[in-house]
Amino acid sequence: MALLNVEDLKVYFHTRNGVVKAVDGISFSVDRGETFAIIGESGSGKSVACYSMLGLIPKPPGRIEGGSARFNDQDLLTLSESQLRKVRGKGISIIFQDPMTSLNPFLKIGEQLIEPLLLHTDMSRKQAWQKATELLLEVGIKDAEKRMNAWPFEFSGGMRQRVMIAMALITEPDIIIADEPTTALDVTVQAQILKLLKELQVRRNIGVIFISHDLSVVADIADNIAVMQQGKIVEQGSRDSIFKEASHPYTQKLLAAVPDSEKVPTALDGEQAIVEVQDLCVYFGSEKHGNQVRAVDKVSLRVERGEILGLVGESGSGKSTLGRAILRLVNPSHGKILFEGQDITELKAAQLKPLRRHMQMIFQDPYASLNPRMTVYDTLAEPLLLHNIANKKTLDAEVFKLMDSVGLARENVLRYPHEFSGGQRQRIAIGRAVATKPNFIVADEPVSALDVTIQAQILDLLLELVERFDLTMLFVSHDLGVVRYLSDRILVMKHGELVEAGTAHDIFSNPQQDYTRSLLEAIPGKSLLLGEVGSVGGPDR
Amino acid sequence: MSETTQTLTESAEAMPRGVSLWQDAWVRLRKNKLAMIGLGILGFVIVICVLAPWIMPYGYEEQDLRLGASAPSAAHWLGTDTFGRDLLTRIVYGGRVSLMVGFIATAVALLVGVSYGAIAGYVGGRVDAIMMRLVDIFYALPFMIFIILLMVVFGRNLFLLFLAIGAVEWLTMARIVRGQVQSLRQQEFVEAAISLGLPPTAIIFRHVIPNVLGPVVVYTTLTIPQVMLLEAFLSFLGLGIQPPMSSWGLLISYGVESMEEYPWLLIFPGLALSLTLFSLNFLGDGLRDAFDPKASKD
Repeated sequence: MALLNVEDLKVYFHTRNGVVKAVDGISFSVDRGETFAIIGESGSGKSVACYSMLGLIPKPPGRIEGGSARFNDQDLLTLSESQLRKVRGKGISIIFQDPMTSLNPFLKIGEQLIEPLLLHTDMSRKQAWQKATELLLEVGIKDAEKRMNAWPFEFSGGMRQRVMIAMALITEPDIIIADEPTTALDVTVQAQILKLLKELQVRRNIGVIFISHDLSVVADIADNIAVMQQGKIVEQGSRDSIFKEASHPYTQKLLAAVPDSEKVPTALDGEQAIVEVQDLCVYFGSEKHGNQVRAVDKVSLRVERGEILGLVGESGSGKSTLGRAILRLVNPSHGKILFEGQDITELKAAQLKPLRRHMQMIFQDPYASLNPRMTVYDTLAEPLLLHNIANKKTLDAEVFKLMDSVGLARENVLRYPHEFSGGQRQRIAIGRAVATKPNFIVADEPVSALDVTIQAQILDLLLELVERFDLTMLFVSHDLGVVRYLSDRILVMKHGELVEAGTAHDIFSNPQQDYTRSLLEAIPGKSLLLGEVGSVGGPDR
Repeated sequence: MSETTQTLTESAEAMPRGVSLWQDAWVRLRKNKLAMIGLGILGFVIVICVLAPWIMPYGYEEQDLRLGASAPSAAHWLGTDTFGRDLLTRIVYGGRVSLMVGFIATAVALLVGVSYGAIAGYVGGRVDAIMMRLVDIFYALPFMIFIILLMVVFGRNLFLLFLAIGAVEWLTMARIVRGQVQSLRQQEFVEAAISLGLPPTAIIFRHVIPNVLGPVVVYTTLTIPQVMLLEAFLSFLGLGIQPPMSSWGLLISYGVESMEEYPWLLIFPGLALSLTLFSLNFLGDGLRDAFDPKASKD
């Protein structure tokens, strides 16, 4: 008998607008020494399924409608709150998605780590402290004794996630539920955390339930995989069977959504660069106060007309700042920016206005980049009216044309952003950016906040628009797979400097810099991405 | 396929052009029963107060000393006060003053506070520092001394009273708005507006202020009663309205004095004030929801 046996679990949410079947009769089991991955888009019920077993969903509106979850000879679904609390502390623990918000900022790391020990065991404070220190070492935090006395803000995102893992392990649970534990992290850090989780699972012989929206993340670590869609498990099996013999169309769609092809570079005449940047520097803070940050440091680059230039790097590498500086959304400290041959480095806001029409930006987070109090109509009409592209008579028609071109249904024209899904919102934002028929667009991680299948759709939309409107694009991303799929050339950025440049093919097959190599190394599910896992389904795109 | 496109275009063309936030808010407000009841009561009270000289059978200073303080009767529905003046008439006339003070002083606070706070928060940097220090200085001025000075210099008049109260109330509003705007300014949709080439004033009025309306409306509905009570307090000290003119605040404070002998002198003005404040609160709640597109559109 497996460690955890879930049978026909049903969790419904009773809302004003009717019953939402968040989890609709799923069954699975997890055993010792197994990493079980649950894959699904946001809203597929993957987190609700796990949280409901531990009594962690809001009730009401949530209600467990049926099924059982047997763990250590008891049915978790029938336990009282106080019994569940014991399970949560000692039997099953959870690692949350965002390490930045899941640690209490006002408690030292050590205090937070020993809290469950003092609560659930009869260890003395000293013993608990000793144990916590050992654990910190085990999860790869050097200098653990000293770090026990550090505050959460003194840790980076990856380090915090290590602390979270230590915290989850400290009561020696049999099962760890990891809810998208690496989604908020950089690629290279993600690779380290995944490796750590796998090691711990093997060494301690525990069960890990790994929740993720991204198949490629679990490609290297999962033993078994369940694919969830709309509250149901549509396919379940060993890793190999899922990757090689996926039969359900949704699984195939997920596999196909992994951008696994390489763009053949467009032939360019290379006559006139649309954007030319010379020795650009953006510094924040001041040298005098010793808090100067060189976000962008002496960067020179050319963006040729008609190309998609990929810009990759980890968070903090200055890639977003560079993109914004080129559009003069951030003021450069030194250097020169030429747009269509014109020096725009020193232009004032009013002088920039006519140029803004030709250079636009697509932002990362479609939840933040749309004004929540403006309908689609207002959002799209604004640039059209501002730059006199439409007048009152033609406005309706122009707005509809825009909606058509980004694939939004016309009947949604009077809806507000919150009524749309992430992918649709990004379509609105893209519509706003192309409304003025710009020549040049900076896309700042436009798909990193989206689910994998949606991500593929948005990428294809971008490619289509680039084609149709003769756009030139600077595509900023931390995801090498995405960049490779879309870019003609790739620039690699580290600590504010450009370290490597080349075509996608060059970068992937023959990286020159160690840093680039480590980035490539860290791509989750490389085998999947590079098409090395046998006959991975999905049409070539 | 072409058929559906056809109907879509048709229905879309019949659609009203760009419904503004305000129209949309009105549609949503109308669906909120409590808010509409509040609006109705408030409207009724305002109409009665405005029409007072034409519909009230007595004058507000008309005395009938023989009557003294009499309990409610057929001739005087809500009774009379110690000078034999009709209480209903005095409440209605008092409402004119209270409502005027409430709305005008709040409007001043709203107008000045929101634009001041929005500018300080949006521009930021040194401008913000200077503007907010100015607010701090105003905060530090003892309110009473400020009012007394105003009265001494300009003489006692009603208009000045509105101005003085408004001049104090906008400070908090400015602070609230500034804080909200500061966090809004970091949002990507503001950056998107900049990258579209929108001028700062358009960004502030189109993108920033609509997004602070929620807390502003709530604070406004809290300000109106506060202002009414402030007027009562000032009048009680002899700095505001003078008898025989009256206001709700004054009527209540006189009512308190004779609460035991003539309870109606306290109860009825109190009821008038509470009723108005209740309606205001319901309306304010409704407005806040109406301005928030996220608050259910079913």
